[in-house]
Amino acid sequence: MPRMTLGKAVQETSFYGAVAFFFILAAFPFYWMVITSFKTNGDLYNVSNIPFWFNDAPTLEHFRYLFEKTLFVTWLLNSLIIGLCVTAITLVTALPAAYSLARMTGRRGEALGIGIFLTYLVPPTLLFLPLSRVISALGLQNSMWSLVVIYPTFTIPFCTWLLMGFFKSMPREIEEAAIVDGCSLLGAFIKMALPLSVPGILTAVIFTFTLTLQEFVYALTFISSSAHKPVTLGVATDLIRGDVFYWGEIMAGALIASIPVAIAYNLFLDRFIAGITGGAVK
Amino acid sequence: MSAVLTRDVVKKFDDVPAVNGISLAVPDGEFMVLLGPSGCGKTTFLRIICGLEKQTSGDILIGGAVVNDIPPRARGVAMMFQSYGLYPHFTVRNNIAFPLKTQNVPRAEIEKKVEWASQLLGIGRLLERRPRQLSGGERQRVALARALVREPTALLLDEPLSNLDAKLRASARLEIKQFQQRVGITTIYVTHDQVEAMGMGDRIAVIDQGQVRQVGTPTEIYDDPADRFVATFVGTPPMNIVARNGGYLGFRPENFLPKDMMDDGAHTEFRFRVDRSEYLGSERIVYGAMEGFDPNQVITAKLPPAHVAEESIRPGEWHPFAVRNSALRHFDKDGKRTGRQ
Amino acid sequence: MAAIAETASKPASRFQFILDRRDVLGAIFVSPAILYVLLLVGVPFLMAVYYSLSAYTIYDPSWDFVGLDNFADILQDPTFQQTLYNTFIFTFGSQILGLILGKFGALVLLRPFPGRKLVRALVILPWAVPVALATVAWQWMFDSLYSVINWTLIALGFITREQAPNWLGTEHLAMLSVIIVNAWRFFPFAIVIFLAGITAVPQDVLDAATVDGAGFWRRNYQIIVPMILPIVAIGLIFGIVFTFTDLSVVFLMTMGGPVGATSVLGFAGFQTGITSGDVSHGAAISLFMLPVLLVVVVFMLRFIRRREI
Repeated sequence: MPRMTLGKAVQETSFYGAVAFFFILAAFPFYWMVITSFKTNGDLYNVSNIPFWFNDAPTLEHFRYLFEKTLFVTWLLNSLIIGLCVTAITLVTALPAAYSLARMTGRRGEALGIGIFLTYLVPPTLLFLPLSRVISALGLQNSMWSLVVIYPTFTIPFCTWLLMGFFKSMPREIEEAAIVDGCSLLGAFIKMALPLSVPGILTAVIFTFTLTLQEFVYALTFISSSAHKPVTLGVATDLIRGDVFYWGEIMAGALIASIPVAIAYNLFLDRFIAGITGGAVK
Repeated sequence: MSAVLTRDVVKKFDDVPAVNGISLAVPDGEFMVLLGPSGCGKTTFLRIICGLEKQTSGDILIGGAVVNDIPPRARGVAMMFQSYGLYPHFTVRNNIAFPLKTQNVPRAEIEKKVEWASQLLGIGRLLERRPRQLSGGERQRVALARALVREPTALLLDEPLSNLDAKLRASARLEIKQFQQRVGITTIYVTHDQVEAMGMGDRIAVIDQGQVRQVGTPTEIYDDPADRFVATFVGTPPMNIVARNGGYLGFRPENFLPKDMMDDGAHTEFRFRVDRSEYLGSERIVYGAMEGFDPNQVITAKLPPAHVAEESIRPGEWHPFAVRNSALRHFDKDGKRTGRQ
Repeated sequence: MAAIAETASKPASRFQFILDRRDVLGAIFVSPAILYVLLLVGVPFLMAVYYSLSAYTIYDPSWDFVGLDNFADILQDPTFQQTLYNTFIFTFGSQILGLILGKFGALVLLRPFPGRKLVRALVILPWAVPVALATVAWQWMFDSLYSVINWTLIALGFITREQAPNWLGTEHLAMLSVIIVNAWRFFPFAIVIFLAGITAVPQDVLDAATVDGAGFWRRNYQIIVPMILPIVAIGLIFGIVFTFTDLSVVFLMTMGGPVGATSVLGFAGFQTGITSGDVSHGAAISLFMLPVLLVVVVFMLRFIRRREI
């Protein structure tokens, strides 16, 4: 009996050790963001201080600086505008496309759907050279509107795939009943399919928004003037003067921009996974 | 006039025919049942009639007009789906009103008709509920009300009872049938369940492999099957079919009786070896083989239980059995019914 | 009923019901998305191919066709060879590390314990948070002077302040750092994928295996792993594609340095094509991603097809 208990104790300890490891691995960089953003500079840049907690009283000076002396608010606003516009473009194109591929185009639609999804895998680093030419041909160089034009190239494929799976999982009967009851195909789409797929649409909106927030490569390539940067690009590249990094401000900005995305992911994670794996395991 | 008429309807999916030339006339007010095994094309055929599928060739006429190129919404038929297809985001009232709203019927008219349909089906108190708050039977009634409210030329039903449990199914069957008789609407009802078909249909069309094998009243289908398929598909246990003289001989289990039960009419005798006997309460099913025929072919006999005490027919024994000649059915080598006696 | 008969018998114009045809409306519905993708992915892709075969730079927009010269140029360039090698190390290093972390993380999160929900939510963070922002946080943790990692190592007595490594300024350590950051970014995704796969294994299969005498490890590796392989493969494909073509981590952490030690294809393409304006060579560098992507795509298609049978 004592041996059993000892073995069990070792097992338990190593299990909780593993939990602690993953906990620290995942959370520490964010803890680091938080603590950095509230520390005074004197506290930050003193190697003799223990860095894990506050040696001086916490301060809001970095946040104040960020909001008052930098373009942070503009960047947030830019990100919001870009996200909203891209979401609108994506929904308007991906919703009918997904519906068509799930319901109206038969086997050819299946192939087409896979084709569209594969374009999601075409990396920005393969396309940024020609696209920067396209952007300047459109007269959008150095403007956040270039991102509004370009981001749908990956959000449309992603959402089409996500919504296609969603429409496929919905029973056809309701739309068919509507069609027999006097609706046109378009009417059945608007009056039945759309209202019944609100959860799917919501998921698509959330992920479109977060995908635009996460994007970095296109923003980096197309936009150099500070006033047009989205928040991720601004925080990562604009809070540096020469060789001096404004770590407190950078971490404060990163923290603020991360929070909404982190929440969205945690709420919609299961749908996201179901979307990209497309039910590979049944 | 035929409410629904089809001429040589063919539907192929990638060159595989699902419906292979069905011509069928359903007169006004008839309850027509399409009966067949699953995958026989009966549901596809129904969907072609209402326009959800487009036939590869052939014509559909509804109310005398060719509707081949007309979408479902303008065909004037109503359909009740397997799981009813109620609109989950609408109340019962709006579900029933929906077919009228799509036709731009004036609001006062809609209210009157919804009132009428819900009264007809006794669902007046459910009007403000949502479909998911209803029981299976209530859903069926709502679906029926929705189908009827715009007074369609024909009502199409696709296995509407298959989602109900056995107990509910019997009462739902009765309800649909009584309702149809009261309203007198032309009805096409798809099922794979012969009990539903026999019990409800004015006429039955037996379908197999995309083709109609026989159209007739339940009596005709049961007593005079047109071929071996119909003979063995309808009836439980199915008709016994044995090879004889280059053709086939068929007789129903309930007509295959001990010789001492025969009355004076002409009959044919067989010696019957009993292998197994099942007592089912209202009847006794006896399985065995007949002398002079394939010894491995199982022949069934359905006996009234009162007649034979358990000990009089025991496994392993041979007994003289007989079939009245008028109950014998003959089929040629292709399985088609030949001249009646 | 009269009204309906009237509708049906009205001589139907050929186009009256054109939008009620599934194929017609289906084509109309799908075309905006297809057009968007064709115009802004398909066409640019072909442009990229043409750039790589031309002598185009932003200073000399002559579009002269030079065949495979650009590819010959970069292949002979030792810097590029280094970049290509780095890309593979970076990709496979971070994928393997990420998968191992993912598998064990999934095993840990599978067992109920107090606070599991919170740990699970936190574990998603590295993957959810915008890569640029998380990378900046790591850059700060790897700072040459104020690195918290070094501080901890010193405080624990493993090294002295003089020995403290300059993570991002030393060749191998820089590569290790970007691999760690990328694996850190990838492992929550791997956990989620493994969890999705494991929870999709029917409990009765596991029960049957237990009854048949399979222990924990046997159940794990002979039943669960084969059954979740398709879903893991899809996850891995995503991981490989996005890592192989990545630019952000390297750009923000090391700028490809020190002396090209962490330069990867995406970064080199950006440096040559955008920063230096040598578009044709930049395009040629980027196109080296293509063979790998094609292999991955073929794999993906095979998996998708298999699940549909």
